[in-house]
Amino acid sequence: MLEYIISKYNFWIYVILMMIGLYAMMGKRNFVKKLIGMNIFQSAIILFFVSTGVKAGATVPILSGHGHGHGHELIEVAKYINPLPHVLMLTAIVVSIATTGVALAVLILIYRRYNTLEEDEILKIRKDTGV
Amino acid sequence: MAEQFAALVIVVPLIASLFVPLIGWWKKELCYPWVVAVLVVPLISSLGVLNTVMTTGKFSYRLGGWAPPWGIEYMLDHLSAFVLVIVSFISLIVAIYAKKSVEDELPEKTVPFYTLFLLLVTGLLGIVITGDVFNLFVFLEISALSCYALIAIGEEGAPIAAFNYIIIGTIGACFYLLGVGYLYIATGSLNMADLANILPDLYHSKVILIAFAFFTVGVAVKAGLFPLHVWLPDAYCTAPSAVSALIAPLMTKVAAYVMIRVMFTVFQPHFSVDIVPVFAILGWLAVFAIFFGGIKALAQTDLKRMLVYIVVAEVGYIVIGVSVANRMGLTGAVLHIMNDAVMMACLFLVVGAIFYKTGTRDIHQLRYLNKKMPFTMAAFTITALSMVGIPPACGFFSKWYLILGSIEAGQWVWAATLLCSSLINAVLFFRVIECAYFKPMEPAYAHDGGTHEEIQRDEAPLTMLVPIVIMAAGVILLGLFSGNIISSVIQFAVPASF
Repeated sequence: MLEYIISKYNFWIYVILMMIGLYAMMGKRNFVKKLIGMNIFQSAIILFFVSTGVKAGATVPILSGHGHGHGHELIEVAKYINPLPHVLMLTAIVVSIATTGVALAVLILIYRRYNTLEEDEILKIRKDTGV
Repeated sequence: MAEQFAALVIVVPLIASLFVPLIGWWKKELCYPWVVAVLVVPLISSLGVLNTVMTTGKFSYRLGGWAPPWGIEYMLDHLSAFVLVIVSFISLIVAIYAKKSVEDELPEKTVPFYTLFLLLVTGLLGIVITGDVFNLFVFLEISALSCYALIAIGEEGAPIAAFNYIIIGTIGACFYLLGVGYLYIATGSLNMADLANILPDLYHSKVILIAFAFFTVGVAVKAGLFPLHVWLPDAYCTAPSAVSALIAPLMTKVAAYVMIRVMFTVFQPHFSVDIVPVFAILGWLAVFAIFFGGIKALAQTDLKRMLVYIVVAEVGYIVIGVSVANRMGLTGAVLHIMNDAVMMACLFLVVGAIFYKTGTRDIHQLRYLNKKMPFTMAAFTITALSMVGIPPACGFFSKWYLILGSIEAGQWVWAATLLCSSLINAVLFFRVIECAYFKPMEPAYAHDGGTHEEIQRDEAPLTMLVPIVIMAAGVILLGLFSGNIISSVIQFAVPASF
């Protein structure tokens, strides 16, 4: 059992992180905590993607020497880690930063309006003012 | 030129959106003509694409000349070209309409509004046109991010609705991304056509099943399918009128398109039907969505909130059409993507115009509106009849196919639900029409007859009225020509194995 967990530890870590994030998004009543939960959630997925590119005993995917046009030597794919998931995650990181930025801007709007970021208090204020 | 149409659809609004702040900085009034002029390009291009697809069959466009599966490919078949035309047409109409509404509701924020508007349209068009599952995620987030911001500038309560939408929308997008990840682990490819070739050998792998589950849930969140719809009513209702008129018809419909793409293009129909019982689940959720949306809509007195719940129900229609998984049902679903987009756009445009003129959306305050705004109310009535499913209007035909599909699949409850929802819609809309047209006069006025003031005609401005009338005419015309549309486009959009 322990070996099973250790041999796939990257997946376990990503699942645990993702659940922490999901819990924070659903369970917490404070908007900033929800936002932090969202960030953990996204980071977990980024870690998952990055870990899928790794191969045991492989090196960075940069071909040394011989530029273009020097014949077609075979490249041993197993010797290099897969760069594609990493490149995908560059985009996903940008998306996640943009989402965080928009969310923080929205939180500023909320704070200016209600002077609090606690969901319960805001609901109470809205109930009292009858909106 | 013609072969570049596919790229122009995306590139023109994307680059043009970056120029909006510059133009707005120079002269604020020029933003509106710029946006309208820019949005003509995707419409013409997508019509060109549709024309090419109809004459020569489906083709693909290699972005930057990189060959698939390494490069990003734009996949243009009957389905995507058809939805592209819908998206670009409705966004152009809403852009024309937006002028007065935005000046009235967001006087300080016209420049950011138009910037985000173009970005949102870019995202939606990109989702439809792309043939690469990761590229689809990026466009999904482009549209979602601009949508969050557009909703947040709305009325009281909009920031909170927008924040909830950000949280849930991000979960949906991340689930989609996880699905992409699992497919990549198993196949090493991100290209839809390539995946469709590789996947059949792996259909019994657990990784593929999990990827499929993530895709389904992620897309269902984005589409606002029943138990995952909670973010939708508040977000769509508190958004500015012009924004609601854009996102209510298009966002959920584009998500439904993604659902069809993933289930019938990336995965073969026989996987989605035989190996995973996903359609039984989705179909029943759709039944709940239709009843829940209809009943919640009945409880509303705010016209816009009523329509928003109808959007929830309408998603159910399309999902039922997908879930019956036969030719009739899927034809109905694709036809309903178009019809519902046009009808919803028309209804939300009307609500925006009423709000612009009267400052209220309360159903009970619509009295004499048939005298004040005769054309707007006529458009509303035509669309309402279409929503109920009265024959010459387009709503009837898609519902007809959906019901035929359900019967063919032996799902009698689903067929009955579709019929019931027509009745619910009838009650919903006739209630509004009654308030606007037939409300009896106040007793105080009735006694001393003749003293009540004359109702002055006070129609919405022309930039609002023309889009509304175009959409209402569209509701009738699309109904009359639905046979042609099905025989020339939609029948090829349905997977051949059905």
